[in-house]
Amino acid sequence: MSDHKPSGITRWIFTTNHKDIGTLYLWFAFIMFFVGGSMAMVIRAELLQPGMQVVDPLFFNSMTTMHGLIMVFGAVMPAMVGFANWMVPMMIGAPDMALPRMNNWSFWILPFAGTMLVSTLFMEGGGPAFGWTFYAPLSTTFAPQSTDFFIFAVHLLGFSSIMGAINIIATILNMRAPGMTLMKMPLFVWTWLITAFLLIAVMPVLAGAVTMMLTDRNFGTSFFDAAGGGDPVLFQHVFWFFGHPEVYIMILPSFGIVSQIIPTFARKQLFGYASMVYATAAIAFLSFIVWAHHMFTVGMPVAGELYFTYATVMIAVPTAVKVFNWTATMWKGSMTFETPMLWAVGFVFLFTVGGFTGLMMGVAPADFQYHDTYFIVAHFHYVLVPGAVFAIIGGIYYWIPKWTGNMYDEKLGKLHFWLSAISVNILFFPQHFIGLAGMPRRIPDYAVQFSEFNFMSSIGGFVFGATQLLFLYIVIKCIRGGEKATDQVWDNPEGLEWTIPSPAPYHTFETAPQIK
Amino acid sequence: MPASKITKKLSSLICMALVLIPGLAFADYELNLTESVTALGKEIYDLHMLVLIICTVVCVAVFAVIIYSLINHRKSKGAKPATFHESATVEFIWTVIPFIILVIIAVPATKVLLKIEDASNPDLTIKATGWQWKWEYEYLDNGVHFFSNLDKASNDARQLGSKTDPRTVPNYLLDVDNPIVVPVNKKVRILTTANDVIHAWWVPELAVKRDAIPGFINESWFKAEKTGVYRGQCAELCGKDHGFMPIVVNVVSDSEYNDWVASQKKAMAAAKASAGKTWSKADLMKRGEEVYNASCAACHQANGQGIPGVFPGIAGSKVATGPVEGHIDIVINGKPGTAMQAFGTQLSPADSAAVITFQRNAFGNNTGDVVQPSQISR
Ligand SMILES: [Cu+2]
Repeated sequence: MSDHKPSGITRWIFTTNHKDIGTLYLWFAFIMFFVGGSMAMVIRAELLQPGMQVVDPLFFNSMTTMHGLIMVFGAVMPAMVGFANWMVPMMIGAPDMALPRMNNWSFWILPFAGTMLVSTLFMEGGGPAFGWTFYAPLSTTFAPQSTDFFIFAVHLLGFSSIMGAINIIATILNMRAPGMTLMKMPLFVWTWLITAFLLIAVMPVLAGAVTMMLTDRNFGTSFFDAAGGGDPVLFQHVFWFFGHPEVYIMILPSFGIVSQIIPTFARKQLFGYASMVYATAAIAFLSFIVWAHHMFTVGMPVAGELYFTYATVMIAVPTAVKVFNWTATMWKGSMTFETPMLWAVGFVFLFTVGGFTGLMMGVAPADFQYHDTYFIVAHFHYVLVPGAVFAIIGGIYYWIPKWTGNMYDEKLGKLHFWLSAISVNILFFPQHFIGLAGMPRRIPDYAVQFSEFNFMSSIGGFVFGATQLLFLYIVIKCIRGGEKATDQVWDNPEGLEWTIPSPAPYHTFETAPQIK
Repeated sequence: MPASKITKKLSSLICMALVLIPGLAFADYELNLTESVTALGKEIYDLHMLVLIICTVVCVAVFAVIIYSLINHRKSKGAKPATFHESATVEFIWTVIPFIILVIIAVPATKVLLKIEDASNPDLTIKATGWQWKWEYEYLDNGVHFFSNLDKASNDARQLGSKTDPRTVPNYLLDVDNPIVVPVNKKVRILTTANDVIHAWWVPELAVKRDAIPGFINESWFKAEKTGVYRGQCAELCGKDHGFMPIVVNVVSDSEYNDWVASQKKAMAAAKASAGKTWSKADLMKRGEEVYNASCAACHQANGQGIPGVFPGIAGSKVATGPVEGHIDIVINGKPGTAMQAFGTQLSPADSAAVITFQRNAFGNNTGDVVQPSQISR
């Protein structure tokens, strides 16, 4: 079997190879992670102490806005698609993605969309400064000119996501090796299958929201303007109908990655495979019917508030099942703690913290007090940073020996984990306290009683940010050399990806493997 | 370096961090939800505590199991992996238990929510309108009406590059020029709406947070049981100065409240009477500068240059150097579809005349024009 691969820049521009495209997605996500992260450093520098020292309030708002947008659409989502590209074909015994040319296009839209989004910061009037949730009318009548570019960038990102999702569904449903029944698929494949359906369902809704914004801004419509018969709250309903499934789009593949890592290092099969699949599907379904819990204070009828409270807290059930299953997988295992396992265990602990604050916020009467405070900021950062981002980093450590053929530096990997795990808690845990004590989110300056915890949080933030440069070093070092990885890499792991050589050849499974 | 050594080094690092960081600070480590001065707020607090305690207990229990497993079920301790990987009974149990816990939470949550949403039969109704970036209050029962801005000391200290240490400003960012005053032990209904973008009216100690939405009116209520000054902030991102539009509620005895209403009415009558008075240019300029800094500088900037692409400048602008009538019109009636507000309802005729005079003669706009309060028609 020849393993011909093209060389030079055209290899990357014209590639239809799932491994190349996976690599491109992951590098794009990595770069955006640092772009969005440096904006977070600006935010934390301004909030280091009370008073305005670093930036003006308008620029501060565009930093919080762009940080959120870039981390969600530029870092976490593309990283997950990168994993899907690399791993889904290898896990189901397929030679490539089902639609390789579309695959190329769905990636290559991203750098243009990302550049357009970031370029708004340099336009007259500044970049979008209305929060990543871009509520109308702040994002329509009262927004800078650059907002139209932001709208176009969101459209492009949506195209990319929808095409990526179609490709993943087509691959999983059509290209499985003989004998690979749905209920034999690795959990990572399952979580991505469900995530892809979520993407197809909600990205068009987001496109609808920004299109209505576009016409409100430029063509005289009044979807979100009460003076013309519209309703600003309509925007929030449409946005969160997209936005709530969106948070699961970011977390479900993380569940998948962690469910691959833990069994390997516990040397024990995943506990409750079937219930994990059903729990994932249940979470996905519930994610469509709880959106208004993000907007309890808009003045809904009391029946609506009760319904959204009950439906929201229900999500705790399948989520709890997942955490219990991971625990039972570790229970009576024979555990070792290589770097990927550290990140996965860190995920289980800290995601659970974020899950519990989520449950607290689902209770409407209490949420009236939490809403739009730093308590919320702490909650969603716990599920997204030591949640999704930890899973992504753990996944990279887990599979990078397969991708590069080299082992990463284990000592540095562990150091990276411990520095991150400690600093991320110094960064986000105090935000629970200042939120409960009454500090609103999205403010560039605060009353002096919040000084101490903000100072702590900023220090944690700087350490966490700097630590990620160590990760960049570890990844580059691993690509350039290191101890040769075996085909199995780990101690008897389960899955087809461990049956092929390391590094994975350019073309794999050209003849489909037989699954017993 | 073996893992245990790394762990040791790191744990000493954590200890150092824990000692150092609080060492730099001196005060205030408020950890929990703000306690309320209303009966309903206390119920919300109790509900918060119930959910928090349940979450903490479950969390500690789960973590204890995981930590036990992490310590004992490791290969280095010779643990052999078990082979179990499924149990319908166990799955059933840990699906049902969370469900039962949720029902325990849902029952009190429903009770409290129904009370929150019952704003009927108020003793007093105040309409709070959010503006970029101030609050307007109208007492619907007695006609008292005023605007409430961030107080001057905080506003000066919060400017980028100001030399003032916020710690020296009393109630930094939480003080206003005109607080609202309400009587104690009376059910006060707050109607919230907005003039431009969405804001949210929030006072933690009164346990009220409600969005103020342009074109819509929301209602909420509180009944403060203790006199005192309660402070809050706008909670919904509303643009550049979202962080700088606080809310101050002064809860007083009945008689103090009545005195306050009388004095407010007197002040409003006096402002009306002054509309016919003729002012000297120097007085107009002096008053105009004060009004400009309080009402215009947030957008048009203290130096009159505006922010390119966002807010136009006053210096050399066509409006401020063109015909007086056009200038008066845009200040009084605003410019629909933009951030330029109608100041006719916010400023007295005297203040409007003063600020227009100031704008036409400051920042190099040396038109020499003098605008008198009598020229301002509503
Ligand atoms: Cu506001």
